[in-house]
Amino acid sequence: MIYVENKDLVIPGQILADDEYYSGRGTFKDNGKVCSSLIGLVSLRNKKIRVIPLKSKYVPKKGDVVIGKINDVRFSMWDVDINSPYSGILPAFEVFGREKKELNKVYDVGDVLFLRVVDVDEIKKAKLGLKGRGMGKFKGGIIVDIAPTKVPRLIGKKGSMINMIKDKTKCKIVVGQNGLVWVKGDEDMEQLTKNIIHLIEAEAHTSGLTNKIKNKLYLAIDGELPPEEAPEEQEEEFVLEKPKLQNFKEELEQEEREAEEKEAEEEEEEEKGDKPNIAKVIQELKRKNKSKDNTLSYGDNSNNSFILNKK
Amino acid sequence: MMSEMIREDGRKFNELRPIKIEAGVLERADGSAYLEVGGNKILVAVYGPRESYIRRLLEPNSGVIRCRYNMAPFSVDDRKRPGPDRRSSEISKITADALRPALMLENYPRSMIDIYIEVIEAEGGTRCAGITAAAVALVDAGVPMKDIVVGCAAGKVNDEIVLDLSEVEDKEGQADVPIAMMPRTGEITLLQSDGDLTEEEFAKAIDLAMEGCRQVSELQKEALMKKYSTE
Repeated sequence: MIYVENKDLVIPGQILADDEYYSGRGTFKDNGKVCSSLIGLVSLRNKKIRVIPLKSKYVPKKGDVVIGKINDVRFSMWDVDINSPYSGILPAFEVFGREKKELNKVYDVGDVLFLRVVDVDEIKKAKLGLKGRGMGKFKGGIIVDIAPTKVPRLIGKKGSMINMIKDKTKCKIVVGQNGLVWVKGDEDMEQLTKNIIHLIEAEAHTSGLTNKIKNKLYLAIDGELPPEEAPEEQEEEFVLEKPKLQNFKEELEQEEREAEEKEAEEEEEEEKGDKPNIAKVIQELKRKNKSKDNTLSYGDNSNNSFILNKK
Repeated sequence: MMSEMIREDGRKFNELRPIKIEAGVLERADGSAYLEVGGNKILVAVYGPRESYIRRLLEPNSGVIRCRYNMAPFSVDDRKRPGPDRRSSEISKITADALRPALMLENYPRSMIDIYIEVIEAEGGTRCAGITAAAVALVDAGVPMKDIVVGCAAGKVNDEIVLDLSEVEDKEGQADVPIAMMPRTGEITLLQSDGDLTEEEFAKAIDLAMEGCRQVSELQKEALMKKYSTE
């Protein structure tokens, strides 16, 4: 006997089914009944019941790709905050092998990195590494945080959602499985992307979300709805598969190239005129401002003060 | 039995004060809840599970919950001296104890969950209201648990066992029995008793309070469903 349907919203303690069903993640067995232990959505496969949590904390798992912030530089490792109840460590030999270098010159406190979880030990401390495509430090951009359980939704089927956002906003986006998302692009677009990501988080459990987001994006950027090119209604399934590894190496490399070109250009300009004129001073100031924008801000907390939500 | 007797504020002996619960009201907290029962206004914030920053509290194979119950200085008629006192430390402890049996903290070893209960306005029965709201906030934070704990009190006023004492009834009444329970299994996680009751009266008070708990529990569920359902 089962008391709920697939995709039903359940709350902790709610009885889901009788004994003949298997209890999967997010559920427990008590007195011959399968009960939910979380607030989430039911996922029913064969005779196994799972509850996909609507909110949860990230627990590090071997092989995950995460975004982390350097918390502390120690003698032979970095302490990394990976948005989880468990902290991560990045040992120095993962970065430069047997070579000896000064750690704080490579990554300093406050730097944000794209990392891979190499190993998780018995006390759940995550050992991190940089081996893999596009792993390394982020320059500039903003960090948006979402619930880790919503990450697959943000990426979409085979990256459909994330690629659409990338194409439309021209932003570079990196999603860590710990619920942190790095966005870099035009300042307005960064903010737009942030809002879109939060919208996806809030409506992750609704169906037809990709199209909804598509319309929103087109409206916000072009001021009109997208042409109806694909009338084939894809029944979107509530999938929570592990997101595929994303390819960021190219993006990061390109970004670095761009930065170098820009610097070279600016240097050339400086060499041209010896006498400082007003135009140059203004340009200099602009450049200074820009470099300020390039420093990484950890989310936008201005509207996050301790206020009650409006009803 | 004088079950038709009307109380000072017009309620029947087994009637609760009007309750309003709202889940997820704070932006920055991992989980939160706002609750009004009669004249009580309570705000609860939950942070965690997060890395235990206090080493000595760390448990190697389970999480730890900590609770702080605090009354705002303006929450009562005579200004309350701010800061912890004997009463609030007691309530902090019993709240944590009442919630702990329901939580599956073994999923998050070496972590810590902090619960902050702020009483903005008080009008009797704040400890039960605090537990009720804290349980909703914990669900909102995504903490795995066996059941949503709920608190409710019964007591003896004018020689009659009544449900959910108001401030006046609590002060002038003969006894107060606050309980907290897990409604699915009926396990009681908190039981206090203040005042004189005979054995029968005590049993009756517990039965009445458990019935009250079940009613409040429905409202808790409703509040959570309302917050997360898709229209």
